[in-house]
Amino acid sequence: MTIQHHPSDELLLDYASGALGEAWSLAVATHLSLCPACRSAMAEMETIGAGLLDAATPVPLSNDALEMIMQRLESDDVNTQQPAQPVRAQPSGSGLPQPLSNYAENGLGEIDWQRLGLGASQYLIPTGDHGVTARLLRIPAGRPVPEHTHGGLELTLVLSGAFSDQIGRFGPGDFQEADGSLQHQPRAEPGADCICLAVTDAPLRFKSLAARMVQPFLGI
Amino acid sequence: MTGDTEKSQDDLAATMNALLIRVSEDRDKEAFQTLYRYYAPRLKSFMLGKGTDAHLAEEAVQETLVKVWRKAALFDPALASASTWIFTIGRNMRIDMLRKSIRPEPDYSDPAFTPDPVPVASDKIQKDQQGKRLKAALSILPAEQSEILKLAFFQEKTHGQIAEELGLPLGTVKSRARLALKRLRSVLGENE
Repeated sequence: MTIQHHPSDELLLDYASGALGEAWSLAVATHLSLCPACRSAMAEMETIGAGLLDAATPVPLSNDALEMIMQRLESDDVNTQQPAQPVRAQPSGSGLPQPLSNYAENGLGEIDWQRLGLGASQYLIPTGDHGVTARLLRIPAGRPVPEHTHGGLELTLVLSGAFSDQIGRFGPGDFQEADGSLQHQPRAEPGADCICLAVTDAPLRFKSLAARMVQPFLGI
Repeated sequence: MTGDTEKSQDDLAATMNALLIRVSEDRDKEAFQTLYRYYAPRLKSFMLGKGTDAHLAEEAVQETLVKVWRKAALFDPALASASTWIFTIGRNMRIDMLRKSIRPEPDYSDPAFTPDPVPVASDKIQKDQQGKRLKAALSILPAEQSEILKLAFFQEKTHGQIAEELGLPLGTVKSRARLALKRLRSVLGENE
């Protein structure tokens, strides 16, 4: 898999600092699972975070804090709790990379797709975030999504198949950040349906009146 | 910066790594207490960053250090320094305990994970040297750039929230962050 399109530095930094919410983080983290280059960038940003920690002005803890911790370590000993060892995860069988497979355990074959009309379908992914929606989107092979722009931010991570728009071609692992400045008409490549993880914080704005009229029924 | 302070910063990173390895391999409580004396007051500063209540911040520090003890076997000095490893545990603890949210993370043991290309042999040496260079670079970063990084990492703010807080256009915040990253990366990437 050759990944051509990556998250921006801003988005990676928001994830590295821990400020990014769960739904957006799901898209970034799943891309990281697939992309060694972005993991290396993430490691650099975490090193910068650690540099700030090293340089932080120390704030004393209460006098009994260390003793309380040591007591807990002693009780670990008594309970003969084994220290953590690296474990190899079992194949999830979903074919989806972690952490996404935690959210769609049975994999792409078992998803209860909800029809959106125009041949597309979606599966809403429950997260703890309010006002941000994560969904899997399936665009049938060779078909377009009606031309639209974005009320807010849209992150799209391709999981299988591919789509193209005027920005370029997006295949598995590729990541797109779109906002109101991008009006596009993504089209799935022929041959296989394009399945994406899409995270949005506002409804899409469709260009055509027809698409806008059916939008309330599509829920997108 | 004089050669002496550079050396001491080098020593510090190497010392912390060695202590964490003693915790990992020998379950050495003295080594753990030395780590505590260095990291706990810094982690408290970190946990207080969001304006957190001092008692709660201290609880988060304790949970972080208990986790350092329990997870020490997972520390791999070839992947990250002790400071970086402990920073990530503290950051995740803050999300979990103080924000009560979930942080999806890549799982390195997932069979669907795309592995790294063959590692560069000089990586480890480089990691040991990163600490001092990073500290020097951070200390000479223009204030308007380091402010963005501190708000991001210590106050857990996104670029959008930072722009709001400072009353700056989002584009300005993004470009300052980019300049800071560019400068720090060039320092971290030396010897590559």
